[in-house]
Amino acid sequence: MQDDDGYPGSGSGPAVQVEGLVRHFGRTTALRGVDLQVKAGEMYGFLGPNGAGKSTLIRILCTLVHPSEGRAVVAGHDVVSEPQEVRARIGCALQEAALDDGQTGRELLALQGRLYGLRRREIRRRLDEVLDLVSIGDAIDRRIGTYSGGMKRRVDLAAALVHDPEVLFLDEPTTGLDPESRDRVWIEVTRLNRQLGKAIFLTTQYLEEADALADRVGIISQGRLVAEGTPRSLKRDVGRDVIEADVIGTDPTILERLTNLDGVDAASNEAGRLVVSTPDAAAALSPVAVELGHSGLSVKSLTIRTPSLDDVFRQMTGTPQEGPESLVGATR
Amino acid sequence: MSRGPGAGFIRDTATIAGRALRQIPREPTSVLPAVFVPAFFYAVNLGALGIIERTIAGYSFKAFLLPMAIAFAVTGMSRAPKLVTDIQGGYFDRLCMTPVRRLALLLGLMVADVAVIVALCLPVLAIGFGLGVRFTTGAAGVLAFIGFSALWGLTFTGFPYAVALRTGSPAAVSACYVIFFPLFFLSDAEVPKQFLTGWFSTIATYNPVTYLLNALRALIATGWQTRVLLEGVASLVGIGIVSMTLALLALNGRLNRGQ
Repeated sequence: MQDDDGYPGSGSGPAVQVEGLVRHFGRTTALRGVDLQVKAGEMYGFLGPNGAGKSTLIRILCTLVHPSEGRAVVAGHDVVSEPQEVRARIGCALQEAALDDGQTGRELLALQGRLYGLRRREIRRRLDEVLDLVSIGDAIDRRIGTYSGGMKRRVDLAAALVHDPEVLFLDEPTTGLDPESRDRVWIEVTRLNRQLGKAIFLTTQYLEEADALADRVGIISQGRLVAEGTPRSLKRDVGRDVIEADVIGTDPTILERLTNLDGVDAASNEAGRLVVSTPDAAAALSPVAVELGHSGLSVKSLTIRTPSLDDVFRQMTGTPQEGPESLVGATR
Repeated sequence: MSRGPGAGFIRDTATIAGRALRQIPREPTSVLPAVFVPAFFYAVNLGALGIIERTIAGYSFKAFLLPMAIAFAVTGMSRAPKLVTDIQGGYFDRLCMTPVRRLALLLGLMVADVAVIVALCLPVLAIGFGLGVRFTTGAAGVLAFIGFSALWGLTFTGFPYAVALRTGSPAAVSACYVIFFPLFFLSDAEVPKQFLTGWFSTIATYNPVTYLLNALRALIATGWQTRVLLEGVASLVGIGIVSMTLALLALNGRLNRGQ
């Protein structure tokens, strides 16, 4: 797999190397010095709320946007000085399925293959392979304009794969999909990574998705990488248990009273649910229950859980649950 | 498999052109007006201004107006609206993430435009032949007429592509076709130049479209007039330099928008 430049392909060396990446758009700064590395064969989840800089980073790595400062190397090639080399080695599925409704799925994929320099026979073979992978069936010969959102996503993924790229960039690949379509994309992405060894850089705002798929997770907030590690290590670093109470009613001082309890680090109200962080949930449960009993709130349920990636995200970004809807759903 | 630097410029251009041509029969409404509109203007002008033919002995107004009909058919015929759709839908970005040669993204569309323009010439010419128009330059003249018309159409495609790439706006692309009207109607498109007077005549003299039309008319009516044909070619080159420069600058601007 060694290429002309001595880059050893997917065998070793980082799939993505980002150093001090800064990107300004006029007076707005989307990225403020991001450093990260994605190893060959690794699935890296890039997590952040809307506007955090996820898509800007992925567009830089896919050669659509130049960085204002810093350096990005993908598959051994610099995205600014060797964009053609990078393009030949990457597959990208951006946030919106970028397809041509007037073509059939097969025409679009064949065109994609031709632009990567594949010969007719190679295109036929690769189409068979990727179509098997994305399970699109006979619909591949229908015009894309007739496809459902899930089918478009899968064809978009197939288009990113048709030339057998070394590194795959997926920008929020399941946003807007129904649960069934989302599960299929998860299975396909996992298979690409585990069976074919593709390095995958996956941006998402679904914490559950990053938790389920990624080997490592980077969390970006306001253009900065604020945390990075395996989902397990990140949760461990948060190191606090959580008591959750579904409540009805209002009590303007309840958060302050809960926070003042011994053994409670913090309390917050997230869409009608009280979330109490504590180093020892078993010990704190009783005083929390008593305090809730003295309040004017009606308690529907009281549960203890270990930290989730959701909690990591909140701690690192300061993003409350009432932010992106997905951050609510992910803990349920 | 993905190590190669892509397919190469010619194959890229052919691929982009092939995709554009596949779309034509699927979207006939993008082409059919280009046949009906010139046929309509041809018929209306023949009916309204046919008196000119009767005032000049041996003058064929049908032959005089045929280049105008062709010009209406081919001018502004481009895939620029589709390019806007690609830009807005993100498909243009998808293409840009491949190793496709950047110039091929534009040239491929223009190659497809030329093929469509040549195809559009045929029904308009058939209408002219049906009305009795004959080429003094023979079959070679007909081919030269089609070739000239194709080049004409190509040079004008630069403007809508420039607007499409610059703005990504379908409204702006539609609006840019407005520039064709003064170019046409401030020329001798409908009435022989000897009938034009005053400021109108002066503008027509400096309007390159006048010379393009004269070259086409020469092929029909007066034969291989080198000077007239060269003036037509010079006009094409002049317009082409302006329109293609604008289109290439717009392509460069679009590709470097994020840089």
